[in-house]
Amino acid sequence: MERYYQPEIETASREQIKAWQDERLVQQVRHVWDHVPYYRKKMEDQGLTLDDIRSSDDLYKLPFLSKADLREAYPYGLVGVPLKECVRIQSTSGTTGKRVVAFYTQADIDLWEDCCARAIVAAGGTDEDVCQVSYGYGLFTGGPGLNGGSHKVGCLTIPTSSGNTERQIMFIRDLSATILCCTPSYAAYIGETMKEMGLTPEEIPLKAGIFGAEAWSEEMRRDIEKTLGIKAYDIYGLTELSGPGVSFECSAQTGMHINEDHFIAEIIDPDTGETLPDGTEGELVFTSITKRAFPLLRYRTRDICVLSREKCPCGRTHVKMSKPRGRSDDMLIIRGVNVFPSQIETVLLNQGYPANYQIIVDRVNHSDTLDVQVEMTPEMFTDNLGEISRRQKELTDGLRSMLGIGAKVTLVAPKSIVRSEGKAVRVIDKRKI
Amino acid sequence: MSVKQISVFLENRPGALRNMTGVLAQRGIDMRAFSLAETSDFGIARVIVDDVFTTTTILRDAGFIHSVSPVLAVALSDTPGGLDTVLGILEEAGVNVEYMYAFLGGQRGGAYMIFKVADEKAAAAALTAGKIRLVDQEELSQL
Repeated sequence: MERYYQPEIETASREQIKAWQDERLVQQVRHVWDHVPYYRKKMEDQGLTLDDIRSSDDLYKLPFLSKADLREAYPYGLVGVPLKECVRIQSTSGTTGKRVVAFYTQADIDLWEDCCARAIVAAGGTDEDVCQVSYGYGLFTGGPGLNGGSHKVGCLTIPTSSGNTERQIMFIRDLSATILCCTPSYAAYIGETMKEMGLTPEEIPLKAGIFGAEAWSEEMRRDIEKTLGIKAYDIYGLTELSGPGVSFECSAQTGMHINEDHFIAEIIDPDTGETLPDGTEGELVFTSITKRAFPLLRYRTRDICVLSREKCPCGRTHVKMSKPRGRSDDMLIIRGVNVFPSQIETVLLNQGYPANYQIIVDRVNHSDTLDVQVEMTPEMFTDNLGEISRRQKELTDGLRSMLGIGAKVTLVAPKSIVRSEGKAVRVIDKRKI
Repeated sequence: MSVKQISVFLENRPGALRNMTGVLAQRGIDMRAFSLAETSDFGIARVIVDDVFTTTTILRDAGFIHSVSPVLAVALSDTPGGLDTVLGILEEAGVNVEYMYAFLGGQRGGAYMIFKVADEKAAAAALTAGKIRLVDQEELSQL
């Protein structure tokens, strides 16, 4: 029996969802027009007035916002309410450049936490559960978002934040944590450490994990599920839009339901900006229709994915997005070919290598080089050089067929790749262009 | 009649081998024989020691990936043709040699050779029949 945090919203009819979006979009555009001169100017530059936006069907007319706009308008240029109505800021991790600062009213935080609560209930969480939040707390949205959601569901919340893995494991065991929230790479690390301690999945009380904030592959999901003996759910979000919980996975594990009562999703052609039909791969664009302090319209996420409105067996009616194939910020262009770290991860895990790897891109004699460093494991090691070389070649061939370009594979000593407690640093780009 | 050889995975970079020898030196491990095989980015150090259990425990605790495999330790007559005789016997027995390396026998002198072969039982039988002396783990530790 599927359970929902807000059943009347999560299983509403498509007509009802459209009606909410129509009404809320018109209100939000008026709010932005009145309070965000930066965006109003963009609209006026395109000759738009409030009369042009009468329903969500008119969304395509509105100008886009990008990360560059956020930087230009930093810090207050996109804030939609007087600062005295704001109660909090959160900030991006700055992995792809200058930090972005987002503002929240108390109502904005409330709806954000509702979204996170929906994700926890979709992962099977109830007020009987013990939910350990091992996302970083502080400026990063992961910790505060899931912490708030966990409270709303009524779980006993353990706010460990990230780091100090021995202590994480102690709390999971001593307090019988049943739900773990953190980045997938940290979940993999916690799993690896527990395995080294000799713990079997049966001895680990966890039953579910909610993992997000970075791209991860299906293979990595299976790996984590096996090591920890849990079901692993994906969660998606951006600080610019609130944080985790913009969309989340249900029991079907075939995409993440977007909370459409708060966010309108579109897929566009990243080159032309043209809106694409459902089922077509393109860049994900979000319009926030309920948040007041930081009301972003048509914000380009740089995430490449597909939307699907097919009926979901879980009963939720909100549109589903596929796991982003990679943030286009993560995308590397190597010798003119688009390469996503997640593709490399898929090949590694398929061939039995650990999820600890590092991608080093460099430019030698005006040509890009791609070096994938993988840790040797006791299972893979043999005294036979030929056998190791054969496996190395198998991996090189696998990467070539996945990526379409050649990569050098380097086997490195165990533990030589630095473990991450937050977002993993997978890519080192040494190119100076 | 085989002896145990420990193979250790090493990155091919300055200091990687020293890391391993440093750990063993610190714990007073005496190496009887040593050989290094390498590719462009990694290598395998092959070592023969007196106390295999202690050494593998030290290596594991220090985070080195390693494996233990059986090899033959052969006492050679240190005269022209000594190695040729041994290889002749192995050839006749149809045993393929994967790799081999030589070492000297400490205070008691003498020349020795480690052989990694595909079938060490067949090789050991053929060598014994050919009056070639094989060294066992116990004798090795007395060298």
